[in-house]
Amino acid sequence: MQSASDYPTTWRKPPLISTPSIRYGLWLLAAVYLFFAFDSVEVNWQRVWEGGERGWRFVQAFLNPDFTSRWSNIVDGIYESLTMTLCATVAGVILSIPFGLGSARNLAPTPVYLFCRSFIAIARSFQEIIIAILCVALFGFGAFAGFVTLTFATIGFLAKLFAEEIEEIDPASLTAMRATGANWLQQVNYAVQPQVMPRLIGLSLYRLDINFRESAVIGIVGAGGIGATLNTAMDRYEYDSAAAILLVIILLVMLAEFASGQIRKRIH
Amino acid sequence: MLNINDYPQQWEKHSRTQRLLSWLAWLSFVVLCVFCWQQMNHQTLWYFVTDAPNQFADISSRMWPPRWSYMERLWQPLWDTINIATLGTALGVVMAIPVAFLAARNTTPSQLLVRPIALFVIAASRSINSLIWALLLVAIMGPGLLAGIIAIALRSIGFVAKLMYEAIEEINTTQVSAITATGASPMQILDYAVVPQIMPTFIGTTIFRWDINIRESTVLGLVGAGGIGLRLNESLATLAWPQVSLIFISILATVVFSEWVSARCRKAFI
Repeated sequence: MQSASDYPTTWRKPPLISTPSIRYGLWLLAAVYLFFAFDSVEVNWQRVWEGGERGWRFVQAFLNPDFTSRWSNIVDGIYESLTMTLCATVAGVILSIPFGLGSARNLAPTPVYLFCRSFIAIARSFQEIIIAILCVALFGFGAFAGFVTLTFATIGFLAKLFAEEIEEIDPASLTAMRATGANWLQQVNYAVQPQVMPRLIGLSLYRLDINFRESAVIGIVGAGGIGATLNTAMDRYEYDSAAAILLVIILLVMLAEFASGQIRKRIH
Repeated sequence: MLNINDYPQQWEKHSRTQRLLSWLAWLSFVVLCVFCWQQMNHQTLWYFVTDAPNQFADISSRMWPPRWSYMERLWQPLWDTINIATLGTALGVVMAIPVAFLAARNTTPSQLLVRPIALFVIAASRSINSLIWALLLVAIMGPGLLAGIIAIALRSIGFVAKLMYEAIEEINTTQVSAITATGASPMQILDYAVVPQIMPTFIGTTIFRWDINIRESTVLGLVGAGGIGLRLNESLATLAWPQVSLIFISILATVVFSEWVSARCRKAFI
């Protein structure tokens, strides 16, 4: 029989990865990677040191932002961003409904399904910025290019989520509608739409949120909106105006997030 | 008493006023959209828009075939891109951990003072895109990989901290009371009762963010923060469309690769 002293007197947490070789191997791999990564990152420390002063000026600018001197530009930029966001979201939602229906396994025939799914995959794999560059090349500078970019990105985002939502509906009502001899459109209208509507509205509001955030960025490549104003302010080294623009963006994003959260809470 | 004939003969889902109100709401929404559309296209030159199909055909014909020989100059920027994403994620996660613990209702030292500050840090970091962070940092510390890494890190703080503090708030309290009952110090309670419960969320979030960061770091070079975006910017500026298409292909390949890696990691750890 074991005596009491044979048992260990202290307890230690079991490690996350139980095999020691893998555990230490991962650490070693991480160390080797970090060595090579840091080796290839060239940092001009003198430039960074000089930047400290500019950074400090930026912090100071953030503490007393200059809303007044570029106020009309800021208002124009925000206005453009907001109109662009709304138009793109509405257009994107309208267009993503057929794509969502087309890429739902339980509704669409296989060729349509494959076409819609591949379109969504392409739309999702490119960053908004890259799409914006192409759109600016196609449509010229300005808000219209931004509108097309955001619409395209919205379709990729919403159609996939719609399709997943439609695939998860309760099939009983769909079968019931089919049994009454309803045609495809009637099936969608009476069996699918009531089940997915709350989620559709919630996701659209969420996308409205995202589109506003993105509209602040695509202006950097010339697609209009507040991003263009911000880029100009940074290029002119007007840090106090840039700080004002950033604060306005943060405020609007927080407001939009709060509003869409409230609406979503009411719908569900 | 009401006569039976006074009741409506047909069932209606909404009353007359309800229908009228919802119709009015839709009407005003449509009016708003049309108004926005007109305001947005205030300065649009429709000539360019109608010319877009021609432009599209023209650019596509210039893009194909990609200049494959350019690939040898892309390996270094691709490696840089992956480094920006990985080091940026690591740095961001390290900074996000304390923020998450300060923001969670059950672990914050002070609900009144510290929690709002932590929540503001999360909101500010989340509402500014990493490209804008990069724009600021390039202006401050000069172009280069470091600006990109810090931009990615700053953007990641909000994302990781938000998901983590929500996980911390949802932990099972019995384990916390059990560890507290043994007389553990606050740090030990965190270590033995809280951390093991949020570990899966933490690893999952980190991998997810790394995946997003790979995508984002491919475009950071547009504002001068290193990586493959720098080459993209150069090629676009010189209208070298065959190089642009090759860069697009390599970005797509990198994104697919990162998705594969993160799926493998998720399977291995969770």
